[in-house]
Amino acid sequence: MSVATTTLSQYRAQLRSNRLGLWLFFISELFLFGGLLISRFYLWGGTRPDLDQRLGLIVTSILLLSSFFMYLAEVGAEHENRRLFLFSLIMTALLGTAFLLGVVIFEWGGEIRPWDGAFGAILYGMTGMHALHVASGIVLILIVAYNGLRGRYTAERHWGVEACAIYWHYVDVVWIFFYPAIYLMGTVPT
Amino acid sequence: MTVLSLGIVRGLAGQLIGSALGIGVSVAVRVAMGLPLEVKEGAIVVGILVGAMGFMIGVGALTDWSKWMLGIETPLRLGPPEGKPSWTRYFGVDYSHKIIGIQYGVTSMVLLFLAGLLALTFRVELTTPGLQFLDNHTYNTIMSTHGIAMIAAMLVGVGAMANYLTPLMIGTSDMVFPRLNAFGFWINVPAALLIGTSMYVGGWDTGWTAYAPLSVNAPLGMQFVLLGVFLIGLSSILGSINVIVTVLHRRTPGMHFFRMPIFVWSVLATSIIAFSATQLIGLSFLMVSAERALGMTFFSPVLSPGAVAVGSPAGQVLLFQNLFWFYSHPAVYVFILPGLGIISELLPVFSRKPLFGYKWVALSSMAIALMGFFVWGHHMFTSGMLEGLRIPFMVTTMLIAVPTGVKFFSWIATLWGGKISLQTPMLFVLGAISIFLIGGLTGPPNGVSVSDLFLHDTYYIVGHFHAAMFGGFIFPFIAAIYYWFPKITGRMYDEGLGKLHFWLMTPGFWLQSLAMARVGLLGMRRRIADWDPGLGIETGQLMITIAGFAIGISMLIFLANLIISAVRGRVASPNPWQSRSPEFQIPSPIPEHSYAQPPVITGEPYDYAEPDSVYVSMSPASSAAD
Repeated sequence: MSVATTTLSQYRAQLRSNRLGLWLFFISELFLFGGLLISRFYLWGGTRPDLDQRLGLIVTSILLLSSFFMYLAEVGAEHENRRLFLFSLIMTALLGTAFLLGVVIFEWGGEIRPWDGAFGAILYGMTGMHALHVASGIVLILIVAYNGLRGRYTAERHWGVEACAIYWHYVDVVWIFFYPAIYLMGTVPT
Repeated sequence: MTVLSLGIVRGLAGQLIGSALGIGVSVAVRVAMGLPLEVKEGAIVVGILVGAMGFMIGVGALTDWSKWMLGIETPLRLGPPEGKPSWTRYFGVDYSHKIIGIQYGVTSMVLLFLAGLLALTFRVELTTPGLQFLDNHTYNTIMSTHGIAMIAAMLVGVGAMANYLTPLMIGTSDMVFPRLNAFGFWINVPAALLIGTSMYVGGWDTGWTAYAPLSVNAPLGMQFVLLGVFLIGLSSILGSINVIVTVLHRRTPGMHFFRMPIFVWSVLATSIIAFSATQLIGLSFLMVSAERALGMTFFSPVLSPGAVAVGSPAGQVLLFQNLFWFYSHPAVYVFILPGLGIISELLPVFSRKPLFGYKWVALSSMAIALMGFFVWGHHMFTSGMLEGLRIPFMVTTMLIAVPTGVKFFSWIATLWGGKISLQTPMLFVLGAISIFLIGGLTGPPNGVSVSDLFLHDTYYIVGHFHAAMFGGFIFPFIAAIYYWFPKITGRMYDEGLGKLHFWLMTPGFWLQSLAMARVGLLGMRRRIADWDPGLGIETGQLMITIAGFAIGISMLIFLANLIISAVRGRVASPNPWQSRSPEFQIPSPIPEHSYAQPPVITGEPYDYAEPDSVYVSMSPASSAAD
């Protein structure tokens, strides 16, 4: 980040370590999300709560689409195309916010409350932990956008953009496993 | 210089303000929603978390990162702070791994002494049958806090050794993420305060394992412990990531994997467990926390009317045990792997012989780390888990004995025919081996499901666990402190006091663990405040208490030795043990940047028998001090 004080080779050596560190953090988080997923199968087994299928499909599509814009933002930063970079970044933040609102207002506004047995506990536990990561991702995007507006990223030095983008994709991939586990697998008890 | 210029004071103020703010805002939101004015547990959870964040902001661990977010550059500040005495470095955020290592070490010792004091308190109570001066709930609180505070002390102690020694041993100047390193240390302080506070806010009564649903119904102190442990886990995860990247990316030229000092291997193995499995104790404690504060029934097998209305299944008790032990068994290896690494590191130095089977020892650490992920079920033989799982978990548990045995054989073969010198660090290494042997041999009866059905939850387990922890971590940790003391302070500890410490502590510990196992076999239950005089274990109980006090007194001697020697000890030479390790080739105390130039590794680390072989060659410019 400290542009003037480090040479490009120093920056690249640190970049290499930053990347490894970030990926180790993701592997670590894999155990967190994996633990939640295992808890879902442990407690729900072959059942699932009756959720609004349209809502699930819509928020999932929104989140996947946001990942596409995040990718465009990174490409924009790599090619120093500031317009593409900033536009895509803002689109990602907007879609991420839409996803978050979909979860918090509509999904959490449904019939099931957090204290309603294992359905409530796991539903709110999984979506809550994921939403927390989406929310922190949006904060990161806003920080990157703030620095991007001031032209602090170059083609060689944009670790901030890269880290934010990988994080966003990672949280997205987690949802790809969470969505079927919450919405699709198992049968609704009658 | 004012008191407020000390980071830790600002941190504590931040924690107080943050906690008050968190609780206040939560209650205000409650009132705004039209609910009665009341401090519920949820508000306290918010207070605890905001308080911890307040500490981190106050101490200054987030300052650089916040500036980065605003695009402000912050060059890495190294060396003593300007305009302040140099001792203030230890009481605030400092980015040097050597300072952070000492901070970890002192925190660990403080926790160790407090937790030890708690142990002596309830040991006095247990000496005779009947209740003397503790009531049941106070006993439970003290016993539980002893357990979790010791676990915290050991985790922080692992952090001390890993942070201080790893960069030195691989010949680099610092950890790869110094700010993350400082953050990882400082988050332990609010966490330790939370664990301490738990005793005064209603206490808790579950033992360190916090089994649900007991922990769901425990008094408020439980919530403080759950979140305190969660924060310590965060420190563990961040610290481990830092260690792994440092070892993989920052080794000095010529130091390929099989030329690293053996301790680095064990720290690497420990970090692999800690950075991954720790998430699951964090998750399980968070789930208990949520069940307590919000009524999210992950674990309680009770169906509310609302749950019935949506056709929901109930929570399951065993889910907690599965999540918990998936971390907490490997956690034991997080403690002992660095300890066993210290044993393997010091034996060649004091035997003047190569470490026997270096590659096997290195890989056995990795094997223990990886196999440790598949044994957690042996804690649950009596829990009512699927019976068919008992045999598989028994087999995987027994298999752990193979890599552990590799280490034992290597130690014996290293000692065999060596020129052994019995200075204090070596004495503690040998003491560690003897006690770890007790811990190791008492282990298999617990791992075999048939005998475990009888031994489960008895004092026998307590004896086994304490021997494994003392032999695997505490003794090597003490050996490491004595061994690197001249390197850290530039002065020598007092050998006579060191030997006195050893000869009081080691027989004390033998007595304690054997007596614990004995009273356990005779029917003494684990974790209870009172016992049946008909068991005929008066002598055993008395012996455990006497041994406990012997250990306590010996630790006071240790502390006195460290403090007196750091101030008045004889000045030590840079390499008092004639070690070949890189950190002993530079002056003591170690200069700010450790190595003036990266040392070059040209040989094998433990060729003590061959005087001509060179392990570390320092470039000429760096042989002069700093």
